[in-house]
Amino acid sequence: MPTTAPTAHALSDVTASDSSLRRFLHGLPGVDAVGLEARAAALGTRSIKTTAKAYAIDLAISMVDLTTLEGADTPGKVRALGAKAVHPDPTDRTTPATAAVCVYPDMVAVAKEAVAGSGVKVASVATAFPAGRAPLEVKLADVRAAVAAGADEIDMVIDRGAFLAGRYLKVYEEITAVKEACGTSARLKVIFETGELSTYDNIRRASWLGMLAGADFIKTSTGKVAVNATPANTLLMLEAVRDFRAATGVQVGVKPAGGIRTSKDAVKFLVLVNETAGEDWLDNHWFRFGASSLLNDLLMQRQKLATGRYSGPDYVTVD
Amino acid sequence: MSEQHNRLSVFKTYKLYVGGKFPRSESGRVYEVSDTKGNWLANAPLSSRKDARDAVVAARKAFGGWSGATAYNRGQVLYRVAEMLEGRREQFVREVADAEGLSKGKAAAVVDATIDRWVWYAGWTDKIAQVVGGANPVAGPYFNLSSPEPTGVVAVLAPQESSFLGLVSVVAPVIATGNTAVVVASERAPLPALSLGEVLATSDVPGGVVNVLSGRTAEIAAPLAAHQDVNAIDLAGADESLAKELEVAAADNLKRVLRPQPVDDWFATPGIDRMTAFLETKTVWHPTGALGASGSSY
Repeated sequence: MPTTAPTAHALSDVTASDSSLRRFLHGLPGVDAVGLEARAAALGTRSIKTTAKAYAIDLAISMVDLTTLEGADTPGKVRALGAKAVHPDPTDRTTPATAAVCVYPDMVAVAKEAVAGSGVKVASVATAFPAGRAPLEVKLADVRAAVAAGADEIDMVIDRGAFLAGRYLKVYEEITAVKEACGTSARLKVIFETGELSTYDNIRRASWLGMLAGADFIKTSTGKVAVNATPANTLLMLEAVRDFRAATGVQVGVKPAGGIRTSKDAVKFLVLVNETAGEDWLDNHWFRFGASSLLNDLLMQRQKLATGRYSGPDYVTVD
Repeated sequence: MSEQHNRLSVFKTYKLYVGGKFPRSESGRVYEVSDTKGNWLANAPLSSRKDARDAVVAARKAFGGWSGATAYNRGQVLYRVAEMLEGRREQFVREVADAEGLSKGKAAAVVDATIDRWVWYAGWTDKIAQVVGGANPVAGPYFNLSSPEPTGVVAVLAPQESSFLGLVSVVAPVIATGNTAVVVASERAPLPALSLGEVLATSDVPGGVVNVLSGRTAEIAAPLAAHQDVNAIDLAGADESLAKELEVAAADNLKRVLRPQPVDDWFATPGIDRMTAFLETKTVWHPTGALGASGSSY
């Protein structure tokens, strides 16, 4: 497969000025939209059964960022979510823990306490999530508060307004500033809100922009708009991280978020990961699912595989 | 006349009825259905366990709306089914005659009785609560009320012999009280049941309230009986050994099980037993409030 990777040499000074950054991003090859969607659809037809399915389900559970991002979140709900993240299926302790819980910054301390000692990480959205329409100082204060409360990961949103207006350097500088505020203790996930970027070309540009600015993860969406993670836009981002590693040697993770509700969908995404980025990404350090209802479906499928009977929503927690 | 063309036959593709849609079997399989003399009638879908799973998901999704609808509204909807059946009377007479080897006249009597049965159960929707519910006198300052509630998703194995009257006699009581149903049609004669799906789709019954599967009864019933999200099962269409096997599988999540009841005459007035079999009684203790000094709480 041809790669879209520029050489490392070409990347050394693209961020020197707004115009050089624009020249670089607009110099990336255009996306063949039809080909991209056809490939994503073709990879979605793989049949994954029996032991491979069991492996995929456990892997997917271990990659879930169990998320609650509602105005109505209470400390009690966050604690319940933390307990579920640590033991997703209390009736079967062989079930792996999820990767993280994902909450608003003011709930980080509660979440941290709920998952203490389990290895489950606490991720916090920040930077005026989900719109990102706040002054930079406010966004940075948001990030610092979450990190100070103990967040292991920060999910930031980019300024889509600036991106769509072509002010790439502003977006770049904002990401580097947030990265700095994360310090060494928190990994940074950069959310592009692909549903608002209009074109696949823009998603490819945003991916490279985020990676150049030092993102540890690139993430499709907030889950708050009509179009969230799709196989096609995730495939595009997986190509970007593959090519970025080929060019620079730096590995970046991918997190599709929003709209992934069934085990079947999750397994399709894992096929995309394996066939595009490769096995190195089949690990919850490098790939995550941002989801809330997905976990219950994965647990029901897991119970089905274990017992041979179809399970039902009465046998998993309501959240 | 030279203008009179020999028309090509237009055969009907019988399909499943699941979630208000008409899918083929997920497995892609079909089986041949023939009349009592062995003449081929049509191919019917041979459902797999995944079709059963999809049907349960559809029935569960429909349960909230259907059980929450007013009893009066459910009665109106079921009466509408009878109206739609009346319009398709000729088609069902033909299908029943083929399926059961009856004369046109006898098949017409069966179809008429079937339509009347819908009307009969449609009338029961807003009366069953008065008959089996009640206000119970208790020794204390409380009201104690019992009200019948639907059980949930009910798997129904339709009778094998009576392909239409028998079918409706087991499906209508299940949904009249607010349950949703996954129906496994008669294995040998599934065509009237599959056509009933077309009637239900055009008669205000929300998609998913009734789901019709055709195929091998034993193959489809096994996953339904073991399914953790099915609340009850009616074994009318199972023979003795299959019924035993299914009852064992159903015990795991404490499903309500209605064992096969011998029915000599499907024409007879059925009584309310098939409705009460899939009702649960909810009892509410309701305080009357403290009595004031005057002796009245009002």
